[in-house]
Amino acid sequence: MIQNLEPILAKHPLFADLEPEYLALIVGCTKNVRFKEGEFLLREGKQADTFYLIREGKATVDIYASNLGAITVHTVESGEVLGWSWLIAPYRWHFDAQALTPIRALAIDGKCIRDKCENNKALGYELMKRFTQIIVQRLQATQLQLLDVYRVH
Amino acid sequence: MQTVDPMLPIQYRIKSKVDENQDTFTFELLPLDPEGNFRFLPGQFNMLYLFGMGEVAISISGDSEKALPVVHTIRAVGTVTKAMQNLQTGDVIGVRGPFGSSWPIETAKGKDVLVIVGGIGLAPLRPVLYYLMAHREDYGQVSLLYGARTPEDQIFMSEYSEWSKKLAVYTIVDRVDKTKNNWQGQVGVVTNLIAKAKFDANNSIAMICGPEIMMRFVGLTLKDQGMSLENIFISMERNMKCAIGFCGHCQLAGTFICKNGPVYTYQEMEKYLELREV
Repeated sequence: MIQNLEPILAKHPLFADLEPEYLALIVGCTKNVRFKEGEFLLREGKQADTFYLIREGKATVDIYASNLGAITVHTVESGEVLGWSWLIAPYRWHFDAQALTPIRALAIDGKCIRDKCENNKALGYELMKRFTQIIVQRLQATQLQLLDVYRVH
Repeated sequence: MQTVDPMLPIQYRIKSKVDENQDTFTFELLPLDPEGNFRFLPGQFNMLYLFGMGEVAISISGDSEKALPVVHTIRAVGTVTKAMQNLQTGDVIGVRGPFGSSWPIETAKGKDVLVIVGGIGLAPLRPVLYYLMAHREDYGQVSLLYGARTPEDQIFMSEYSEWSKKLAVYTIVDRVDKTKNNWQGQVGVVTNLIAKAKFDANNSIAMICGPEIMMRFVGLTLKDQGMSLENIFISMERNMKCAIGFCGHCQLAGTFICKNGPVYTYQEMEKYLELREV
């Protein structure tokens, strides 16, 4: 089972050109998962101990406000990564993520990866560089969304 | 030109009015003169005159290969356009035009085309979409990347399925209220869509229309993807009054948007998009 996941991991953009030795370490923390439409992948406030590489399907990233209800601020789909709070203390999700369609994904155990990064700083640095790119892209997109450019000002 | 005197409005009657969303509507206009005719190039605009209220510059959103009706999609944001929203079929308005430069549909032949729009910016590029679909064999990959504020703010929704038969259509909205909408599409900013479109950065033309800050970020993303700035075209908007480069209201440094624009290359406008004050 684990052997089969390595080529799938290697094809994902997040792990493109990653050294095989690092990939082998990550595979040990990885499993295949499926979610039905409507199922939650992440819940705000819960422990952030997993992140997902979406292989098929689409998930919404939502924030809930009592006076507004659930507002989707982002979607994640095939080829993309869901979740980075597993990387940064206090390891708690800040949003909900819900399957908009049936989802096939690779679930990667964040605690397992963190432990491996503690013992292998080069792996930690490599992953940090890759996740920082994702975080920066999301931050920039959020800043544009905050501008609300299509609204009549 | 349709008028002998470019400052003289021609009377047109509203043949139909369609509400696109809560603040955006489309007029189909026919000249009162049964001999009247109209030709325009995609990207050009008309000055629409609501008698007793004032005049506004509005892009033409119809098919450039059909003489009539003249089609305008208008967002009610100011005194004149809000008053226009109350007009009905049969009412008469004045039309001057067409004015301005056009999208590079000839230059784009043989190339991939990215049409990237935000909000009401889809209206000035709808004539391009009609043209590309009518002459589909002349172009490579053609993609429409459309960003809107919410699903309810999208315009021309009834046409997407038809467009999807000939173009790759990608839509994205800034946010979705899940309690009100069962939106199945993407959520985020329009720049997210660029990675999904198929195009050869060395043999593509991009046409962008939307808020200036959106055009700036789209332009920068395309530049990062390897596109040359002279192959990226944007449509600028300023306070147009005379529409013939005479009054100076729309002057931006050394150019008059109404006459030399509204369509420019990103290369021409780059320094102004980043300038805090002119």
